[in-house]
Amino acid sequence: MKPPRFSYHDPATVEEALGLLAAHGDAARVLAGGQSLMPMLNFRLARPGHVIDVNRVAALATVSPGPDRGLRIGALVRQRTLERSPLIRERCPMIGQAMPFVGHPQIRTRGTLGGSLAHADPAAELPAVMVALGARLTLRSARGQRTVAAEDFFVTALTTALAPDELLTEVALPPWPARTGSSVQEVAIRLGDFALGGVAAALTLDAQGRVAGARVVCFGVGPRPLRAADAERSLLGGAPSAAALAEAGRLASAAVDPSDDIHASGAYRRRLAGVLTTRALAASLATAAARAA
Amino acid sequence: MTETRAISLVVNGQPRGATVEMRTTLVDFLREELRLTGTHVGCEQGVCGACTVLVDGEPVRGCLLLAVQADGTRVETVEGLAPDLEHLTPLQAEFVRHHGVQCGFCTGGILMSLTASLRDNPRPTEAEIRNTLAGHLCRCTGYQGMVDAVLALAAGAEPAP
Amino acid sequence: MTKGGYIGAPIPRREDARLLTGRGTFVDDLEVPGVAHAAMVRSPHAHARVRRIDTEAARALPGVLAIVTAEDIADIQKPWPARMPSPVPGTSVRHGVRHTLPVVKVRHAGEVVAVVVAESRALAEDARDLVEVKYEVLPAVATAAAALAPGASLVYEELGDNIAAHIIQRVGHPERAFASADHTLRETFRVMRGGSHSMEGRAVVARYDEALDSFTVWDATQAPHAIRAMLAYLFDLPEHRVRVIAPPDVGGGLGPKTSFYPEEALVCWLARHLRRPVKWIEDRLEHFMSAAQEREQIHTVEIAFTKDGALLALRDVFTHDVGMYGALIAPVITACTVPGPYRVTNIHSEFRAAYTNLPPTAAVRGAGRPQGVLVMERMMDRMAETLGLDPAEVRFRNLIPADAFPYPVGMVFRDGAPLTYDSGDYPELLRRALEIADYPRARREQAELRAQGRHRGIGVAICVEGVGLGPFEGAILRLDSRGRVVVTSGAPPQGQGYQTAFAQIAADMVGVRLDDVDVVTGDTGAIPYGIGSFASRVTANAGPAIAQAGGDLRQKILAVAAHLLEAAAADLEIVEGAVRVRGLPDRGVPLAQVARLGNGGVAFGMVMPGGLKVGLEASAYFAPSQAGYSASAHVCILDVDSDTGEVAIVRYVVGHDCGNVINPLIVEGQILGGVAHGLSNALYEEAFYDSEGQNLASTFLDYPLPSAREMPRIEMFHLTTPSPINPLGVKGAGEAGTLPVPAAVAGAVEDALRPFGVRVNRMPLNPARISDLIHRA
Repeated sequence: MKPPRFSYHDPATVEEALGLLAAHGDAARVLAGGQSLMPMLNFRLARPGHVIDVNRVAALATVSPGPDRGLRIGALVRQRTLERSPLIRERCPMIGQAMPFVGHPQIRTRGTLGGSLAHADPAAELPAVMVALGARLTLRSARGQRTVAAEDFFVTALTTALAPDELLTEVALPPWPARTGSSVQEVAIRLGDFALGGVAAALTLDAQGRVAGARVVCFGVGPRPLRAADAERSLLGGAPSAAALAEAGRLASAAVDPSDDIHASGAYRRRLAGVLTTRALAASLATAAARAA
Repeated sequence: MTETRAISLVVNGQPRGATVEMRTTLVDFLREELRLTGTHVGCEQGVCGACTVLVDGEPVRGCLLLAVQADGTRVETVEGLAPDLEHLTPLQAEFVRHHGVQCGFCTGGILMSLTASLRDNPRPTEAEIRNTLAGHLCRCTGYQGMVDAVLALAAGAEPAP
Repeated sequence: MTKGGYIGAPIPRREDARLLTGRGTFVDDLEVPGVAHAAMVRSPHAHARVRRIDTEAARALPGVLAIVTAEDIADIQKPWPARMPSPVPGTSVRHGVRHTLPVVKVRHAGEVVAVVVAESRALAEDARDLVEVKYEVLPAVATAAAALAPGASLVYEELGDNIAAHIIQRVGHPERAFASADHTLRETFRVMRGGSHSMEGRAVVARYDEALDSFTVWDATQAPHAIRAMLAYLFDLPEHRVRVIAPPDVGGGLGPKTSFYPEEALVCWLARHLRRPVKWIEDRLEHFMSAAQEREQIHTVEIAFTKDGALLALRDVFTHDVGMYGALIAPVITACTVPGPYRVTNIHSEFRAAYTNLPPTAAVRGAGRPQGVLVMERMMDRMAETLGLDPAEVRFRNLIPADAFPYPVGMVFRDGAPLTYDSGDYPELLRRALEIADYPRARREQAELRAQGRHRGIGVAICVEGVGLGPFEGAILRLDSRGRVVVTSGAPPQGQGYQTAFAQIAADMVGVRLDDVDVVTGDTGAIPYGIGSFASRVTANAGPAIAQAGGDLRQKILAVAAHLLEAAAADLEIVEGAVRVRGLPDRGVPLAQVARLGNGGVAFGMVMPGGLKVGLEASAYFAPSQAGYSASAHVCILDVDSDTGEVAIVRYVVGHDCGNVINPLIVEGQILGGVAHGLSNALYEEAFYDSEGQNLASTFLDYPLPSAREMPRIEMFHLTTPSPINPLGVKGAGEAGTLPVPAAVAGAVEDALRPFGVRVNRMPLNPARISDLIHRA
């Protein structure tokens, strides 16, 4: 199909964009990479009166070091850049691990970090990665600015904490702890399509090789990325043995309650959460020791 | 009420200008306005890849980009690869040799994706070729001829500097 | 016969240069000045009466040229003629009557109820958004089982039930054989296929010429003559005033573009009404919603066999979902495919095809055969398991031997002729496939891996495929005034390479160079009779027709040249674009000059000598006596991750016999494409509808097709058992790749998961379903 009519705006600055959002709010959609919004426009599933194209807002497209070896990634940073940026690879390896699962090369040319997060598809990888990383998202509007933890940003399927007049401008990532390894595991019917289920995980070891930190975030198994807190807690302070990882997997499996759909049973997704948790933790462990401070 | 905007861009090395409706996608603009019909529309969702063109050297889905968003860019389509029917590029010639084309509907988009990735990596492995092609659907060929075509090209190519 | 050596040569395609340089001429690429754009208003309900259609607001939109409903097109609202009758004597199809736009009620979600035409597609869709249709929703039946249940809502009231056909074929004495057999086995299999999803959807442009009261229709169709016949019927026009042209480039067909659709009639009506050309281009969603498909079959199959693994009898009873409209092609073919390459002399085959409130059905590449192959090959595996025999061995014990041809199965095929296999060597085909796959080593590796807790499986499938079916296809060959041979055939290509393959045959038979041959296809104005490109039939029908006409044309050329050269025709040869006296290379005359005389010399200042017939043209229609039978054997070696259900194919070997081959490059391409489609049917795509007939998987994100990354490298070999049915010895290859893949994959997955006791009875598979099978076993 062809898109419906809309008023088109292409602001050059964040302030302009915020002004437009203030003016049009509910009747506006932000157009970033377009890989999610354009299909909706093409199918007339979205009929915004106003499309606010933020691709000219260069201020949103930067990758810069954050405080204490953290990272700040602008919302408009392309997924292709997430794949290739040396700074991101160095300071946040989990992002690069997720990228092979995100669409296809041609999608990643235009798709953005902010776009994927704002779209909040339950089976998408980047939202889960941000939750696993403890990212903080900056939301700006004409009324001001606030930061929201990634965990609180994703409300339910395709729904975030963004108010109609707010724009996601930046994602701040904390420094990557020493002796931390990570992994993203996913099963999809076709690699690059939305996950039947996936896990983003990270393990931090202390000097004695015990687990000092653990993150397990399941995606594709519920309406939003889910931190398997019980699974994380079960690992802390202990040796990351095969039994411990298997137990964490069981706990992650117990924490999710996915429903059936045409592609997969809820039972499968529940099992998958456990399997992929254990695998992701094992893969994280394999690289944790190598990542000294 | 028709909102339009004048855009100017370079297409296959030629400066082009037109007035377009805001809602017109790049692929529809290329096909309808510029009569460059070698790029096709297969799904309007960004999955099939038939609409893939290069914008500023990178492969994008022409169905997921508005024409106005291409203002000021450099666009390359399949028509820009070879000067004429008698002078196919080495990539195109290998496609002929290895029977990489059947109905031809998906071909334009695939050639553009391959052109971009071969610029970065002139000697891809089979896995890398299939990775580039992963963003394209073909219902006719089973892809093997295309893969063989690129492998043959790679075998004759100089390694990247 | 092969003078020039083109037949059999892997000649790169002449079509490719234009397609690779973006110069293809698909329907939507054609420049049509003044064209207006149609958008179809489609019912969101699977079963509903249309109470009211309000078009006033839509009409008011600037740029809207027309909006029409059933009342407006009353002059073409004739009931569509019945589809093909049942090919099986003594049985009939019960036809539900339908019209171009629904008269009584809508019968599938996506059925067209009105059409908007505007200056652009976007504007037409804007107007479409404003069309208000009031429906009275009726209960829908969305599976064959639901449709056949007592008290089910009726798709066609006049039929009294939803049975489109109930067809039984019997051979020998199945009940006796079952009663006395050492062993019997019974299983139920469910197979769901899907749509064609050719990358180009349906597309049609119509132009009406008022002075000639005639239509020219550019249509991405596989059967232009059939479309012409329907249009002529609906519009009450003689056929010569309806010209249907499938352009040189059609972006895939795969079956559904053979059907006639309401959109084709509507676009013509609107072109006449507006006195402007009108175009309709199907988008992907419309393809999901309303292009013909194949969907679900459920088989209850029983076999009887001896303790040594010899098949005694087969009983297959199945249901088939026809949708709201469709021919019986697929289920009849399924029934005839089940016996396969095996000797089985007692058969009971029975199916009920049911009307449902789902989109119309047609054949989709494979055309009912993959389902039949799945059923039989799964039972062969189960027989092997029961007897503790190797699955390949059990097949060898039942294959029809190479000296048993022609082999009558005893059933009637979809062409109404007896199902008789023309030629083949099934044991050799299977033997070689296993040899290339290094089957004994694969089994050893499987055992080693199993000991390590890894789940490797091997699946074997061998099948026979009816191809080349008639009734005919024709060719007109002429030598034109440039001295070029022009081959005109009715069957249009959608990627099969006819521009090359037809030229190869013509060049060899006439004795000219390949480059001196032009090929024209798919134009009802250029050749009066044609059937179309489907059912893997064109090479075996058009091929012999071209060969015949080519030989005849050669004789005519030599007769005219003989006059010009004052020599005996028997002393002449055609070399390098000229006819010359053998042994006297200086005594020759260019073909262009022969053409000028032969095609009526007066126009060129020459006189037609007495006795010479005018016209260097020969036409031939080849009507095969029966369908031919190709065969395939596949070996699939894969690993299953028992924790996630994911499948990784380790090796995939394909052996194929399609008789003599005109162009090996093209045939290989057809097989590879078919295997990809088959793999999609095995592990990826699946049609889903809810109980109200709503499509639940109507985008490519929910309906995955494999890309190059999902495809394993296919190892292929060919066997050649020429067909005695036509002088070229050719069969067909277009669909072959699809047939055994689901069976081979199902067999391999079940084999891999044997330690868990998994049973694969339902296709397609995906990681979730495989994992569920493990956990339920």
